[in-house]
Amino acid sequence: MDAAINALPYLMQGLVTTLYIFGVAIIIGFIIGLIVALMRLTHIKPLQWIAKIYVNIIRGTPLLVQIFFIYFGLNSLSFISLDREVAGIITIAINAGAYLSENIRAGIQSIDKGQTEASRSLGFSGGQTMRFIILPQALRRMLPTFTNQAIITLKDTSLLSVIGIADLTQRGEVQASATFESFAIWTTVGIIYFIIIYILTLLSNFVERRYKLR
Amino acid sequence: MSIVQVKNLKKHYGQTEVLKDISVEISEKEVVCVIGPSGSGKSTFLRCLNRLEEITSGTILVNGHEMTDNNSDINKFRQEVGMVFQQFNLFPHKTVLQNITLAPIKLKGKSKTEADALGMALLEKVGLKEKANSYPSQLSGGQQQRVAIARALAMEPKIMLFDEPTSALDPEMVGDVLQVMKDLATEGMTMVIVTHEMGFARDVCDRVIFMDGGYIVEEGDPKVLFTNPKHERTRSFLSKVLQS
Ligand SMILES: Nc1ncnc2c1ncn2[C@@H]1O[C@H](COP(=O)(O)OP(=O)(O)OP(=O)(O)O)[C@@H](O)[C@H]1O
Ligand SMILES: [Mg+2]
Repeated sequence: MDAAINALPYLMQGLVTTLYIFGVAIIIGFIIGLIVALMRLTHIKPLQWIAKIYVNIIRGTPLLVQIFFIYFGLNSLSFISLDREVAGIITIAINAGAYLSENIRAGIQSIDKGQTEASRSLGFSGGQTMRFIILPQALRRMLPTFTNQAIITLKDTSLLSVIGIADLTQRGEVQASATFESFAIWTTVGIIYFIIIYILTLLSNFVERRYKLR
Repeated sequence: MSIVQVKNLKKHYGQTEVLKDISVEISEKEVVCVIGPSGSGKSTFLRCLNRLEEITSGTILVNGHEMTDNNSDINKFRQEVGMVFQQFNLFPHKTVLQNITLAPIKLKGKSKTEADALGMALLEKVGLKEKANSYPSQLSGGQQQRVAIARALAMEPKIMLFDEPTSALDPEMVGDVLQVMKDLATEGMTMVIVTHEMGFARDVCDRVIFMDGGYIVEEGDPKVLFTNPKHERTRSFLSKVLQS
């Protein structure tokens, strides 16, 4: 118990890193997801293909391999040098972006065709229709799935400990081997993750209630 | 002055020809009702007028614009053509007032104050001023349809298209919507109305177009067409719908 309490400040620094990487990665991932979803829905074939290939590659390979590929693989090329944090954020963002793009696409496609027709008949262009009419409804509708993905992504960041990013998990390992109090340390780390995810869920429920489609 | 000029309009869906050589002119301030059996192409015809459907061949002139010209700005042309749908299609994430003001603000550059004033005036006209801050899902079907009419009017269109505006409504809601349309007709709005409301067609329209199988079979003054149709197909259609 003492070991856990003593380790707490050190672990909290790890939590800050975890939250920082998660925050930046999920925002970038969301932007990627939005762009890729729109690429899938254009009538321009090459854009559709690129989007499809990207999603399939991410879905068809383990995240750990993606992390190794970007941090070790890309870094082994002479003209690329990424530090751990950047490589970590990129990997997590690209990974989340692929899954989010599928959710966003499904959300967009779930909006009734009549909405587009009403908007176009008023004189809105296709782009304006997407921006003012379709996306606001689609994003509201996909909020629960978005929360789901955010929780998965937050947990995925723990894998970044393998490339030496000093996140919550990596700091847990350091403490566990330094103190020989594995049980107490990993219990503490687990509780911290649990609380953060619980807060995330509450936050999302709040936003969902607030922006519910009436 | 004709505000709509349709010449030799044809429309295919794949192999099936849905509109077969339609030519028609509509004058300013004219109220035209389109009637005909299900599947005869009434909606398709109406939707070609603002290019919600791409046509196969022919020309469509609305307000002097060639609607099918790929080099011109269809979005600008559409601003002058209001459309009201059977299923209302209000924007569920916007309030009633926002539904009406969105297009004037974004497309005509109106200030919010200006657009709100216009929106409230239109809501007053359709008798729904007190619903300005409600959401569409909080309204009855008839109320939603009247908001949809107000939304279309907010762009100050030169012509209004209606596709069976009362077909999705409970019977007791139909009257209010028809009344709003009647008022519009009296004010001199040009209207093309696809409808199954034969009473309305007879009383309000200047001209009735009867469509069947992708053709305009017969058209004319409703009083004449309803009492003394020239074509056998018109007669049999009317005897069916007027009975029920
Ligand atoms: N997207 C489409 N693809 C293929 N065929 C279609 C499509 N839309 C309509 N049609 C066909 O075109 C014909 C005319 O349809 P339209 O909706 O214009 O008829 P309508 O006169 O409005 O009928 P209703 O009174 O039932 O609304 C029908 O036979 C219909 O099956
Ligand atoms: Mg129809």
